[in-house]
Amino acid sequence: MLEMHNVSKSFYRGTINERKALDNIDLKVNKGDFITIIGSNGAGKSTLFNCISGNILPDSGRVFLGGKDVTYEKEYVRAKEIGRLFQDPLKGTAPHMTIEENLALAYLRADFGKRTFSRITKADREFFYQKVKTLDLGLEERLDQAVGSLSGGQRQALTLLMATIVPPKLLLLDEHTAALDPATAEKIMALTEKIVKEQETTCLMITHNLSQAISVGNRTLMMEHGRIALDLDEKTRKGLKVEDLLRMFKEKTGRILDNDRMLLEE
Amino acid sequence: MLYIAQTALQLGFIYGLVSLALFLSFRVLDIADLSTDGTFVLGMAVSVAVAAKGHPFLALLVAMISGMLSGTVTAVLQTRLGIPSILAGIITNTGLYTINLAVMGFSSNIALLKQDTIFSLLQKAGIPSVTILLPLLLFAVAAFLLKNFLNTRLGLSIRATGDNRDMVSASSIDPRFTITVGLAYANTMTALAGALVGQLQRSADINSGTGVVVVGLACLIIGETIIGRKTIGRNILAVMVGSILYRFLYAIILKTRLFPIECLKLVTAVIIALAIAMPNIKASYDLRKERNHAGNA
Repeated sequence: MLEMHNVSKSFYRGTINERKALDNIDLKVNKGDFITIIGSNGAGKSTLFNCISGNILPDSGRVFLGGKDVTYEKEYVRAKEIGRLFQDPLKGTAPHMTIEENLALAYLRADFGKRTFSRITKADREFFYQKVKTLDLGLEERLDQAVGSLSGGQRQALTLLMATIVPPKLLLLDEHTAALDPATAEKIMALTEKIVKEQETTCLMITHNLSQAISVGNRTLMMEHGRIALDLDEKTRKGLKVEDLLRMFKEKTGRILDNDRMLLEE
Repeated sequence: MLYIAQTALQLGFIYGLVSLALFLSFRVLDIADLSTDGTFVLGMAVSVAVAAKGHPFLALLVAMISGMLSGTVTAVLQTRLGIPSILAGIITNTGLYTINLAVMGFSSNIALLKQDTIFSLLQKAGIPSVTILLPLLLFAVAAFLLKNFLNTRLGLSIRATGDNRDMVSASSIDPRFTITVGLAYANTMTALAGALVGQLQRSADINSGTGVVVVGLACLIIGETIIGRKTIGRNILAVMVGSILYRFLYAIILKTRLFPIECLKLVTAVIIALAIAMPNIKASYDLRKERNHAGNA
């Protein structure tokens, strides 16, 4: 599904501040995998996502998506197959446009370039209504309201719907519940798991919640200094506790997992 | 008074096209397009030059195409060559000065002598008060097209580009393309306005674009203050109201000699600064009232 061969990326290259964000990453993601990713601050988690989505280009190495080399493909071209959510709920929606208009934009991926000059049809509207209803937030009655008037949690739920309204090949979640209050975060997470399960989406999720990291999905990566320090498959993860995870991390890297937002337990 | 009303409506609808263009570039795309002055003169020069050859209708079309090209140049400068958007507009504007001179045969002005204009032709065909009706008609068509365009999928993409650039680049829309389409569209309307003014006054002058962008913005903001900006429809209505109102004020000042003619640019600048600053002035006034009120309680 997704393969990365020897991908490296440094920032401030050639200066005294040079920092290796990704150091020869080799990663093979199978179709249907739901991988959680944890790591210290600056371990390269977000850079990894940026290289996959095309937001930044790697210095060396190759990225393959569904067998196709996409290393140098533009971000908006790749976006047809990759859905992405950020930590900031404001990043994924256009605030002055209505819920319906935002969904119509996301739905452009379905028939790209075909209906350029057509407007939102009645059928589209009904489709959006049903889709928004699955969020169970009552937003389906407010389709013509500006997205800017929604709360952070509502906006993130909408962004999740927009990213998956045309099922993407790959879904990238970058701490997408971190900026929400605990109750809302839980709701968004449940929604995420439901959608990923229904659509059998391949998904990568960065999280700082360690117990979530081992309970959600089927595989866990731990990153440190631009490398994948640990890669735990479903079997190894089973029965693992947060303390075991911390111990394994220390054994492997000789360091203590250090993330100022890390949640050790619920 | 009748004369004032006529002039205000006529110029209100024509310059309303510039405000529509600025609504698209400044409000929707969030780009201050400073090539507007030059594009306006380009439309005017092309229009008068082609009408001088005896094709007043074709003149409007060619003027619009030239405006579209000018907008595309500004867009390419910022999307493909990475020039900051304000600078891109200024660069295009500077270059257009020479282009505009060239269109007028390297003379600083050209005039139509006995040749027909679109206005004179329609007048001969027996259409009454064509100098108001034609601008009205063209403005109405432009407003209708723009409103509908902004609700198409391409239009939504353009609006999203101005609303949240982060979101657009992370979705399947190419912001370089949407900015190019938006600026080309906006400058088409600006050039049409210039083309109409040129044929109306039967001449084109290299300096006639000075301040067009500022006046256009003032009209836009005056209208928005009165009508509001809730929906696209309201926004477009605001452009029309603001544009006509501004021309009324302008015509009254001219007619009554409230200010000496020589001071007109300064008066315009003051009106515009006030109009744009009004929301802020109002906010700080309200705050002060609130504070005084709280202090007395």
